[in-house]
Amino acid sequence: MKDQRPVVILIFIFLVSVVLLTKLFMIQVVDDSFMKRAESNAIQRIVDHPYRGLVKDRNGKLLVFNNPIFDVMIVPKEFRVGDTARFCELFRISKEELIESYTAARKYSSVKPSTLIKQFSTMDFARIQDFLVDYPGLFITTRSVRSYPNSTAGHALGYIGEISAGQLERDTLKYYAQGDYVGLSGLERYYENELRGKKGVKYKMVNVRGVDKGPFKDGEYDTASVPGKNITSTIDMDLQLYGEYLMAGKTGSVVAIEPKTGEILAMISAPNYDPNGLTGAEFSKNYRKLNNDQSKPLFNRPIMAMYPPGSIFKIVQSLIGLQEGILFPETTLACNKSLVACHNHPNPVNLFGAIRNSCNPYYHQAFRMIINQGKSSNTFKDTEIGLNAWREKVLKFGLGSSLGVDMTNEKGGSIPSSKLYDRVYGEGHWKYSTIYSLSIGQGELLVTPLQMANLSAIFANKGYYYTPHLIKELDGDATLIPAKYQIKHEVGIDAHHFDLIQDAMAEAIYGTAARAVLKDITIAGKTGTAQNPHGEDHSVFFAFAPKEDPKIAIAVYVENAGWGGRAAASTASLMIEKYIRGSITRPALEEYVLAGNFIY
Amino acid sequence: MRESDIQINRVDWITVTIYFTLVMIGWFNIYAAVYDGQAEKSIFDFSINSGKQLVWIGTAIMLITVIMVADPRFFENLSLYIYLILMVLLVITPFVGKEVNGQTLTIGFGDFRIQPGEFAKFATGLALAKVMERPTFDLSKKNYQLIAFGVLLLPVALILLQPDTGTAMVYFALLLMFYREGLPSIYYVLGFGMIAIVLLALGIDNNLYLAGAIVLVVVALIFMGKRTWQRIAAFSAIGVGLIVFIYSIDFVVSKLPEHQQNRVMVLFNPNLDPLGVGWNVTQSKIAIGSGGFLGKGYLEGTQTKFDFVPEQHTDFIFCTLGEEFGWLGSFVVISLFVGLLYRLVIMAERQKTKFARIYGYSVVSIILFHFMVNIAMTIGLFPVIGIPLPFFSYGGSSLWSFTVLLFIFIKMDSSRATQLGRLG
Repeated sequence: MKDQRPVVILIFIFLVSVVLLTKLFMIQVVDDSFMKRAESNAIQRIVDHPYRGLVKDRNGKLLVFNNPIFDVMIVPKEFRVGDTARFCELFRISKEELIESYTAARKYSSVKPSTLIKQFSTMDFARIQDFLVDYPGLFITTRSVRSYPNSTAGHALGYIGEISAGQLERDTLKYYAQGDYVGLSGLERYYENELRGKKGVKYKMVNVRGVDKGPFKDGEYDTASVPGKNITSTIDMDLQLYGEYLMAGKTGSVVAIEPKTGEILAMISAPNYDPNGLTGAEFSKNYRKLNNDQSKPLFNRPIMAMYPPGSIFKIVQSLIGLQEGILFPETTLACNKSLVACHNHPNPVNLFGAIRNSCNPYYHQAFRMIINQGKSSNTFKDTEIGLNAWREKVLKFGLGSSLGVDMTNEKGGSIPSSKLYDRVYGEGHWKYSTIYSLSIGQGELLVTPLQMANLSAIFANKGYYYTPHLIKELDGDATLIPAKYQIKHEVGIDAHHFDLIQDAMAEAIYGTAARAVLKDITIAGKTGTAQNPHGEDHSVFFAFAPKEDPKIAIAVYVENAGWGGRAAASTASLMIEKYIRGSITRPALEEYVLAGNFIY
Repeated sequence: MRESDIQINRVDWITVTIYFTLVMIGWFNIYAAVYDGQAEKSIFDFSINSGKQLVWIGTAIMLITVIMVADPRFFENLSLYIYLILMVLLVITPFVGKEVNGQTLTIGFGDFRIQPGEFAKFATGLALAKVMERPTFDLSKKNYQLIAFGVLLLPVALILLQPDTGTAMVYFALLLMFYREGLPSIYYVLGFGMIAIVLLALGIDNNLYLAGAIVLVVVALIFMGKRTWQRIAAFSAIGVGLIVFIYSIDFVVSKLPEHQQNRVMVLFNPNLDPLGVGWNVTQSKIAIGSGGFLGKGYLEGTQTKFDFVPEQHTDFIFCTLGEEFGWLGSFVVISLFVGLLYRLVIMAERQKTKFARIYGYSVVSIILFHFMVNIAMTIGLFPVIGIPLPFFSYGGSSLWSFTVLLFIFIKMDSSRATQLGRLG
């Protein structure tokens, strides 16, 4: 009996070690939850946010930059305030605010940092910087917010804001995290992927009190953030600012394009807003205010407002007629006011005279010739065939669908097809007399100011255009811009047909838009008056200049300002002068536009 | 100097090798536990614990030398005096010692402090060996049992006064030595039965289930055997006694100091309060569990050196090993301990004197208890009691006392050939 006892003791020792090793195997090898808990214990993942790319204008002037702001952080346990009154005076907060912030920080953690004072400016930071050493437990962290030095081009540049829950859900690549800032409109949104750069990640180790113990594995898993690309915009800041100055207090749009490249020189939506309001802590408050504003300052009129093109469309009709071989420069038609109203002018007129005098009956007749070519003996069928063929040609002018500018929410306008009339009147129940208003740019036609400016660029280029765009260079490299802005679009009209059009436009402004005439610079333009059933008509003018070597194509809409020859033509002329000459020689005209009394 | 004084050839080198291996692994782990990648201090830096431990290791080697050159009969002859001196030290400790966290464990001057509770272990082993070596001493007899338990319980009572429950519990490990020396098995059966019932009573929320089970077992036992009234009365009395015992456990537990109550309750429900009472065990398990099979690599652990595990260089030193060397490292160290204990049992059995055998089994008992309970508590198998891992944990008292405990036996073993056989 006694001799077995040493064996029993050895078996006991052995069993103890088996139990220990089994339990160890279970928690070390079988159950991997401890590994995750160890990581969440000791390893903190810190996202290194990259600098968002800057936006400059075409001449290198800053449009958007990152403004550093400073938060004063506190570690309550180490904090010694000393003289409270002095502290409050230095940091410009009240004693109550200090106590409130301090209590909140203390409640969160006495050893981990939390924010004591939010959003110091650079100036405030410079003032307190030297005194920081007197206050243990205080330090400064830097963040940056978007800033717009001239408060200009808010619509085109857009704004950034905190990512929404919906956007986070759509972000299948899982790049974004709650609280990240993303471009919400304009360039900021369109070029979000370029501007945002690439986030970096740092893994650092912390001890049980959350105190930093250096990089995890000497930073083996860390990645550096890559700053966003800088964008050089096509916008000419001086021109943009001047346009905003002229449009102040009015409602409407100005779009100026460099015809040869499709680069947008200026894009003004009036009324506008200060983009600096939509940054940082004030974003929500200001956004709500702008969103509720009756004058809709957030509405981006150049690409979202749609108007009937009016008389300006007669040029498109002329070009299609010429290309089709239906109209010729010498085609002379009577100004028959029984067909459609017109004003008094020499009668009859040839094509040049029709454009110059904006003769409505001429186009009523010319459009009938384009539509009803006798392709079917049934007049209804013939109209349908003619309309659809005509529509195809019009679409080539960049009308009827959105152009693809580098902004979101661009509207496409409307060029009606037979389907629209079939739906309204029933198939085979409409003919030319139903659709004749299209001939003079009224009826079911809608275009955006951007499309109108592009149309002007097409006339300047004698038959081609580049899709209008706001980006000129990405990180200083023009070849990095999207390929679609480097493709030349032909509109299907032979270049020589434009000569007559350009001459007529240059001539026309002496008649309908005498205010726009500029000494030494030949402007080719055309007034339009978009009929407005709700009030005064909208004043429309589009033009390009100089006629001989076009540098700028422009469309101006001033809502409820009546005849195109006044508000719109004057504004366009001033913009052209500003861009080409760099200065204004006609202060009286400028004053006339700024005064804004166009109805008399 | 007589030839027999140093029996180099007869020293059990296997045991000595295992001892030094464990001490060195322990020393490296102490460095890892306090390692701060930012400070980049050397393992020899005396301002950190690994440097200090090196001093303890050096002095331990000096102690070993003294023990090895001493006369082999020295400990046998002086065993009772050593025991008495330590009992006196234990008595005066609460009065002259330094109080830390409500416990008075150490005495000494300035930085030189020793913990008499640690050294009383080998002294008690020596005293018991001395008392029990007499040929007539028979543990199956009541009066001898009283003497043995008296020698055992005196230091326990004195240590409980400090109070240091953990160290006091260690002395009960000597029951293993009593088992070898013939204490009747029925004591162990009853003892383990009692522990099982206590654990069940604590583990099962409603004591009614347990009481019901006892009633069923008693009734079954009565009906299975002869139904004499004496037997019925005896079984009924035992049943009633057990039920009273179960209900008294809750009462006793509720009278324990709160931190001890909590340590017991956490054993049954580790998630009870992971940030409070359960913190130690939870963090210790996280540290060990995160080591995986091969571990994170030396000095690559994060849980221990960043203070998530409390007492990471003393009682919870095993966490560093588990985290940085994984299951494989744990396996190696546990194997070393099992190897050491196996070797010590073999050595104890080959002794020619009863004194040496009894002392040998005392060494086995004490090292086994420390090893078993220390590791078990770090992985949540045992309540947290503050006892060190032999040869591993940081601290002079702990390392010295285990060294003395072990090498006295190694010395006895090496000189066993010179002893006259007195096995009874």
